[in-house]
Amino acid sequence: MNGLLNWIDARFPATKVWNEHFAQYYAPKNFNFWYFFGSLAIVVLVIQIVSGIFLTMHYKPDEMLAFQSVEYIMRDVPGGWFIRYMHSTGASAFFIVIYLHMFRALIYGSYKGPRELVWLIGMAIYLALMAEAFMGYMLPWGQMSFWGAQVIINLFNTVPLIGPELSTWIRGDYVIADATLNRLFALHVAALPLVLVGLIFVHIVALHAVGSNNPDGVDIKKHKDDKGVPLDGIPFHPYYTVKDIVGVSVFLIFFFAVVFFAPEMGGYFLEHANFEPANPLKTPEHIAPVWYFTPFYTVLRAVTLSPFAGTAAMFLAIIMLFLLPWIDKNPIRSWRYRNKAHTINILLFVVAFVILGYLGVKPVTPELKELGTQMTLVYFLFFLVLWIHSKPATAKYIMWFVGLTVAIVAMTFYRYNPEATDDAAQILWQWSLTVGYLALTLLLPGLISAFNTEKDVPERVTG
Amino acid sequence: MKKQLLIALSTALLSSSLLAAGGGIELEKAPIDVHDKSSLQNGLRYYTNYCAGCHSLSSSRYNRVAKDAGMAVVPIDDSDEAATLADANAKLMYENIVFTTDKEGKPVNLGSLMHSSINKDDAANWFGAPPPDLSLVGRSRGSDWIYTYLKSFYLDPKRPVGVNNTAFPNVGMPHVLWELQGWQTLEEHDDGHGHVEQTLHLSQPGTMSPAEYDVVVRDLTNFLTYVSEPAQLHRKTYGIFTMIFLAFFTVLAYMLKKEYWKDIH
Ligand code: HEC
Ligand code: HEM
Repeated sequence: MNGLLNWIDARFPATKVWNEHFAQYYAPKNFNFWYFFGSLAIVVLVIQIVSGIFLTMHYKPDEMLAFQSVEYIMRDVPGGWFIRYMHSTGASAFFIVIYLHMFRALIYGSYKGPRELVWLIGMAIYLALMAEAFMGYMLPWGQMSFWGAQVIINLFNTVPLIGPELSTWIRGDYVIADATLNRLFALHVAALPLVLVGLIFVHIVALHAVGSNNPDGVDIKKHKDDKGVPLDGIPFHPYYTVKDIVGVSVFLIFFFAVVFFAPEMGGYFLEHANFEPANPLKTPEHIAPVWYFTPFYTVLRAVTLSPFAGTAAMFLAIIMLFLLPWIDKNPIRSWRYRNKAHTINILLFVVAFVILGYLGVKPVTPELKELGTQMTLVYFLFFLVLWIHSKPATAKYIMWFVGLTVAIVAMTFYRYNPEATDDAAQILWQWSLTVGYLALTLLLPGLISAFNTEKDVPERVTG
Repeated sequence: MKKQLLIALSTALLSSSLLAAGGGIELEKAPIDVHDKSSLQNGLRYYTNYCAGCHSLSSSRYNRVAKDAGMAVVPIDDSDEAATLADANAKLMYENIVFTTDKEGKPVNLGSLMHSSINKDDAANWFGAPPPDLSLVGRSRGSDWIYTYLKSFYLDPKRPVGVNNTAFPNVGMPHVLWELQGWQTLEEHDDGHGHVEQTLHLSQPGTMSPAEYDVVVRDLTNFLTYVSEPAQLHRKTYGIFTMIFLAFFTVLAYMLKKEYWKDIH
């Protein structure tokens, strides 16, 4: 055994890699619940790739055969239903895991220096994942596959000047057709999985170069023993390997509970309308994207100035996340030691994001439409408020609050049109939600110092 | 050109989201149980006798549904006994559920997909719409909808086939179970506040009592629900074993973690 290892080590740095990334990679000892989701994302990736390969053995990327081939998998392929439910549940699980993983970075300031690149690569993974899921969702060629793709690909139509040519180029035809299905299949099973695996590799290499953050946001490399080992660090293997196994096991309980007991998840993981074959002549009454896209879909629908403005707002909503390391300049990483207003800001951002997601699956009513507009405003204001919170001691909270409130009221006047009675009534009161958000995050720390005081960051990790 | 596209897109975006689901009547809860074999068999028999002429189940095979419904016993070896069993089996299926024939007029193979022999274009001409494949109607529309739909046909002389349906307004399908149910008429009551309540009234009874008809509709719904996902018959059993295994494994993994971490403070 040892002989073999020596033989390999003389030709390939096996032991070196193992030590650098597992046995002698020192991670902070105070990881909590939120730190399970990185390893879980890898588990889900493996589930997707393995189940995806088996699906590809039976799936037919052909406009005439695709839908039927999926049903063939569900009935005639031994264990086919299991493979397919693993894959469809895995897609949703991927996003749940990734959203929680990103939330962790948000609350503990993990996107800040020196981890900006880890964050940026993570955002690239998130984009690739959205593209991967969108293309996968096309493949069963059901009504929602078709019409969802119709809406998304038509977004490219709104790009000034080159729009129509661009979307035709993407489709490979003037309408969504066999050519579109074939290329999305190629991208879904070959190109994007390769990109994803590559990005995840770089993500981890970048992380291990600078070391993990932790719930205290403390730099563990500042205090080392005489062997150069961080005092608050423990070797990733065996400590975190055995810990992550527990996380994986608990995750699998939830995962398989969905696979075996509720694979449709009430129409959220597998939409009811997608059990009807694609029909280009029959527009569904209600096109709702899968739940993980709905927050951005609501942003798209909320900005109605022009179709391109809607598309631009949707992309901007994602671009803002890329910029996070340069927006939040506060030197304290973890929300544990920042002022209370910052905690409120993050929690309200999550609330706005969840509401945006909820609105995306609902048909629009005047009330919900205006709520979408206001939550879109809160979504974008979050970044401004985050920037204002960068220097709590000197921030001009009251000035910002008054200025922004005036701007919102002015915008409300501009948008108010008494003739559209239903909308007008909603516009008339719902602006107060956004102003309420500003009051909690700007006025509160501006007036009550208890909401603006930051705590001392400890030298060493706690607990 | 570009402008048109923009307008088309914005209307697509708006209309896709604005319209609430149509035909919004209250659905009756379907009292079904896919594990009830006699109900499945009954549903299968009614389906092949009353529906299969127009509708296909192009994802299902005769022998598979018969087996899942507990109707046919599949021979396990090539002994004489198994062969006799298989013959009896085939006879049972050809007498009860397999009525379609191939191009030469011979009955189709028992392993065939359950296609209907109706010509789609003719049917579209006759009924205004081709009869859709019902393989997945249990998942796209749901069991409660099917149950309500099959009980909601009523006489409407304005429609080409003389019937309409409260669950599916202006439906193209004739009321094929009329002999069993009889004919219903629609009664509208205005409550004086501009709200019209619609009720169905059995004006001409059929060969079955309403309770008996409900059973037929339940069994048909049960069958169509099963057909939309045959895996549901055994999916949950696997689930229970998986849960038990994972529960054990989690406890074990947790103990291992505790053991390793006992000296970390
Ligand atoms: C004479 C041909 C014919 C027969 C027999 C028939 N149907 Fe239909 N059915 C149709 C047509 C045509 C439609 C399409 C109606 C439309 O789109 O307007 C339809 C639609 C349906 C739908 C709605 C499907 C959907 O998702 O829109 C269901 C469910 C259904 N039929 C069930 C049955 C059942 C159960 C039986 C047997 C009791 C049956 N049908 C027998 C012609 C038939
Ligand atoms: C990496 C993350 C991945 C995500 C998020 C993802 C997502 C999806 C989604 C949402 C669907 C539609 C689900 C359904 O209706 O069943 C799908 C289908 C499919 N995927 Fe993936 N996928 C991923 C990776 C892969 C890989 C690596 C392969 C193959 C190598 C693959 C092969 C397929 C095939 C063949 C289908 C069509 C069959 C079907 O619809 O059931 N996928 N994918």
